[in-house]
Amino acid sequence: MLVWRLTRGDIMSGKEYRTITDVKGPLVFLNKTEPVSYGEIVQLMLTDGSIKNGQVLDTSDDQVIVQVFEGTASVDRQTGVKFLGDVFKLPVSKGLIGRILDGAGRPRDGGPDIVADEMADIIGAAINPYSRQSPESFIQTGISAIDACTSLVRGQKLPIFSASGLPHNDIALQIARQAKLVGSDDDFVVVFCAMGITAEEYNFFVHDLERTGALENSALFVNLADDPAVERLITPRLALTAAEYLAFEHDYHVLVIYTDMTNYCESLRQIGAAREEVPGRRGYPGYMYTDLAMLYERAGLVKGKKGSITQFPILTMPGDDITHPIPDLSGYITEGQIVISRELHQKGIYPPINVLPSLSRLMNAGIGDGKTREDHKSVSDQLYAAYAQGKELRGLVAIVGEDALNERDLQLLKFADIFEDQFLRQSRDEDRTISEGTLDLAWDLLSNIDTKYLVRLDQKWIDKYHPTDKIGKDEE
Amino acid sequence: MSKENGVIYRISGPVVTAIGISPRMYEVVRVGDEGLMGEVIELHGDQSVIQVYEETSGIRPGEPVIRTGQTLSVQLGPGLLTQIYDGIQRPLPKLEETMGVFITRGVDADGLDLEREWDFSAEVKKGDEVGPGHVIGIVQETETIEHRVMVPPKISGTVKSIKSGTFNIKEPICILDDGTEIAMMQEWPVRHPRPFVQKYAPDVPLITGQRILDFLFPLAKGGTAGIPGPFGSGKTVTQQQLAKWSDAQIVVYIGCGERGNEMTEVLDEFPHLIDPNTNKPLMNRTVMIANTSNMPVAAREASVYTGITIAEYFRDMGYNVALMADSTSRWAEAMREISSRLEEMPGEEGYPAYLSSRLAEFYERAGRVQTLAGSDGSVSVIGAVSPPGGDISEPVSQGTLRIVKVFWGLDAGLARQRHFPAINWLNSYSLYPQALDQWYRDNIAPDFPEVRTEISTLLQIESELQEIVQLVGSDALPVDQQLTLEVARMIREFFLQQNAFHDVDTFSDLHLQYHMAKAILSFQEEAKKAMAGGAQLEDVVNVPARTDLMRGRFEKGYQDRISDLVSEMNKQIDASMEAN
Repeated sequence: MLVWRLTRGDIMSGKEYRTITDVKGPLVFLNKTEPVSYGEIVQLMLTDGSIKNGQVLDTSDDQVIVQVFEGTASVDRQTGVKFLGDVFKLPVSKGLIGRILDGAGRPRDGGPDIVADEMADIIGAAINPYSRQSPESFIQTGISAIDACTSLVRGQKLPIFSASGLPHNDIALQIARQAKLVGSDDDFVVVFCAMGITAEEYNFFVHDLERTGALENSALFVNLADDPAVERLITPRLALTAAEYLAFEHDYHVLVIYTDMTNYCESLRQIGAAREEVPGRRGYPGYMYTDLAMLYERAGLVKGKKGSITQFPILTMPGDDITHPIPDLSGYITEGQIVISRELHQKGIYPPINVLPSLSRLMNAGIGDGKTREDHKSVSDQLYAAYAQGKELRGLVAIVGEDALNERDLQLLKFADIFEDQFLRQSRDEDRTISEGTLDLAWDLLSNIDTKYLVRLDQKWIDKYHPTDKIGKDEE
Repeated sequence: MSKENGVIYRISGPVVTAIGISPRMYEVVRVGDEGLMGEVIELHGDQSVIQVYEETSGIRPGEPVIRTGQTLSVQLGPGLLTQIYDGIQRPLPKLEETMGVFITRGVDADGLDLEREWDFSAEVKKGDEVGPGHVIGIVQETETIEHRVMVPPKISGTVKSIKSGTFNIKEPICILDDGTEIAMMQEWPVRHPRPFVQKYAPDVPLITGQRILDFLFPLAKGGTAGIPGPFGSGKTVTQQQLAKWSDAQIVVYIGCGERGNEMTEVLDEFPHLIDPNTNKPLMNRTVMIANTSNMPVAAREASVYTGITIAEYFRDMGYNVALMADSTSRWAEAMREISSRLEEMPGEEGYPAYLSSRLAEFYERAGRVQTLAGSDGSVSVIGAVSPPGGDISEPVSQGTLRIVKVFWGLDAGLARQRHFPAINWLNSYSLYPQALDQWYRDNIAPDFPEVRTEISTLLQIESELQEIVQLVGSDALPVDQQLTLEVARMIREFFLQQNAFHDVDTFSDLHLQYHMAKAILSFQEEAKKAMAGGAQLEDVVNVPARTDLMRGRFEKGYQDRISDLVSEMNKQIDASMEAN
């Protein structure tokens, strides 16, 4: 029979158990507790005096399994375990804005603790689909490739599918800096959530946010590469809880950037393996879709509230493989994706956004007359079609040479080059407006193609927006 | 039914183990102090394993578990149409009223409004013999649909009294001579198919207004179809197009584990869309079930059963019902998640070994039947599948393909070329054409099946020619083959591509589809003649009237003008021969 000792906890009332039987990876198994609730928060008092936090993953009369956020290093059988009688909650208030917190929600900037207006459950409840409002306000990012071809709308979740060594962080920061609603003064509050990124990357983000003054308008939740992997599972939930509070209690428009979702999924796999669960594809747990959805679906607008949550998750595709479970499952949940291309990056083009596999599912709701410009849809389709064909022709030219091309094909081939060089390429602080900056530029570039080949453009837009017909002029 | 009380022994995510009760399998129980709804899915010694339809955090061992004696059932009666439910038939507007915009837990809500009163007019009279499924009266539920109130299955007798008038759905409106009271509402356990007399072979097409579907790969009323495709290939748009335009009288749309914003879009859009068959809002014939990806996983598992039971109920009234499930992969994943919590021995890719039999059972609930009352009704099932990485060799796609008779294969490559609907015409198939050919001959045109064969043959030839073209270029082909490529291109761009977001092109009448296909064949024939007479391929292809013919499909009244456009085209092609 197991003997267990009770001691009075000094921080909060509650029994302290010293009944750890097994420790396996991030999991601690205990015997013989009084009934403990599922999802309850746990404190571990180590023999060296330090304290770790955890959460109940499985509970029964005989055994309780606790997932320890800070990792189980130096946990021993004498470690005291205290159940705090509540599920994980984050103290939320407007005071979160301008603060840097660690991955478990403790101040990291040397500032005081957050004075809570409210304690919010971090798991978050699902938004009733009936209570949602359709997202339809265009967000201008100032980046032509995104604004013209994969337009972002407020309340959308649009991930950046990137890979190691590509400038996704620069793009995310540029979006965070430049994002605005056309014809509105509403500013975005940025909630930034770092999961397993390096200190160097973190410094880069913080430095940039400081430089541009955006830090005062941001709340950061930071779990670095050397912080416990398990903590990564709660970091995005803290960030989203803060975002929901700011959006739905204080009417802020919140832009949530999280990087890197791949590290989050790795942690999920780690926990799954420690629990000896049956793995799904490539060892990731079978519930990864549901788990990711619990994060991504916390974007949107709801009836009767002014605020909104727009999400920009960044993930690096292992081996540049878009069919890897992480981008694959994400793509099934998010409303499109922005794909970063190694090929364009190597050509020295920034931002190296490959518009062909990129997609914004909510684009049609956010563009057009009264939102961006009446010709936006046609222009976007035409850019897409011309660039796709031009790119395809590059392959053909490599085999048969340019001589084999007819006039139309030559124009398209040339267009693909200038599209990459002038339309995609822009500097890191270039903020193009949608109308004059992006769409007019598109017309200018499209005028390199004879109008009779621009079949996706309505004649009325050609009459209205087409600049001097360059080709026509040459012939005169 | 004695209501024993047990206690919770263990909690692991959505799976709760209770001791101290001995319920039946699939019985509904109330779990914990908050009375969360759960369903018994395994009995194990003195332990009962329960899947809980709501979030379980904060619940602890020792809390009570109460039996209800019922299995998971839906309420059926007037008030279903235009409603939007979660996976266990709780109306979402009702949930919003009681818990605000976020779905919390412990709230019970009836599937139907029990207070609302409906105008019931009796169709039988005192002394009539009635049996299971017999219609005893009607309620005009929405502008377009009359709700036929039926005698519940297993009940029969002689009508002792029946009254017309305004009643709520629980009030007895009809009493049989043995004292049985019949109200407008009945309940049915979702995991049991509703009874019918016999299944018929499907021989009437479900017309969808989508050219590639109706013309090349038709689905029969009462048939089953699978739509697998990677993300971004247009599964949801295709499903929504079917929900909008198919000529079923009732549509049940299940959003199973999909995006919240997509359901919102449907909710915003449907009330404004007009049904081409009735000229009334489409919402009038629609029931929606939305269990988005972040709502509890067990309720997602239940949502497809809730949906198909409602579909069967309308079928029993003699309606043609179409059910869309988007996506069955999420349903299968819910099964996998529950199964892994039960620590069952996994089958392929971690899915439970019973995956394919569950899929088969579900699709088998489709069909055209003779109802208990002797009328004709059907349920057609169209399931979207979301294969990981777009690879359909995975278990859910394969399990689905073994059962369904129609396969609409979505293709990422076509989607990237913005060819929509991105249904691959080379690997998709339908096993119904033979059964439906007679219907097409009688109702559309006597040579309809032959035209279809010609069109699909041309597409087949094109794919073979394309292989050569990629090696040597199209100029190396003889002119007649170049013409074939042109004709095939016309089929793809003029006929197969269809713009779901264009108010005219979004729906094509079946007669129009036939005329468009004939127009293409007529172009081929005229062009061949003209070229034999010396015309150049380029001139033939570029006659202005052909462009007019192709662009015309975006304009209203196209159907009336198409034959004029075709003869104008033919005239110009003839003229191009004389010009040479």
